Amino acid sequence: MEKIYSEEPKVCRIASAKPETVQFLLGFSKSLKVINYDNMQFETVLN
Amino acid sequence: MELQIDDSVLVKNYIQGDEKALEVLINRHNQKISSFIYSKVLDKDITEDIFQDTFIKVIKTLKRGSYSEEGKFLPWVMRIAHNLIIDHFRKNKRMPKFEGSDDFNIFSVIHDDKLNAEKQMIKNQIDSDLSVLIDELPDDQREVLIMRIYKDMSFKEISENTGVSINTALGRMRYALINLRKIVERNNIVLTN
Repeated sequence: MEKIYSEEPKVCRIASAKPETVQFLLGFSKSLKVINYDNMQFETVLN
Repeated sequence: MELQIDDSVLVKNYIQGDEKALEVLINRHNQKISSFIYSKVLDKDITEDIFQDTFIKVIKTLKRGSYSEEGKFLPWVMRIAHNLIIDHFRKNKRMPKFEGSDDFNIFSVIHDDKLNAEKQMIKNQIDSDLSVLIDELPDDQREVLIMRIYKDMSFKEISENTGVSINTALGRMRYALINLRKIVERNNIVLTN
């Protein structure tokens, strides 16, 4: 009898983040400023 | 031959304000990191989320100046991703679970709104009967009724689409319902579940 392979073979999937995600991260990086003041650090995100 | 700048140089440049260096770093390691996350969570959207959170952490750490360069940028990023994956699974594990006790059964408060198979069949029958009845209505009334009930349009939208005033559309709807009731009564049709 013919074999039935009902289970999907495990394939190694190569994933990659979407260009939109990368763009978002670059935008976030540009907008983030860390200010040091008296041993304190402040993060500001400019819109 | 393409000249590849070392990760450590790019990190240094980025810390000094070269935003372009970050782009190179992200694009260089995108596939490795994403595939690593995907191999653990097996979901594309979650992979995307964890990838994003990973790099937000990377960016913050680099900008704060708390990253110590040891020539191990990728392993460091992988470690962050790894920790975030663990957080993700922990968070899912913490989802509230409630099992009923003897004196209180949760299912008396929460119940499944879905119809059972029999009621679903009856509902389908009623829906199809109703669509036959609607076909009996005059064209203008049927049009308004279909737009209002089946397409969920407001009377304003209906009036814009049919080119009649809102009041006319309301009137047609009213007559459509009156006529439907008349047809139901005349033919002794039972439309209940």
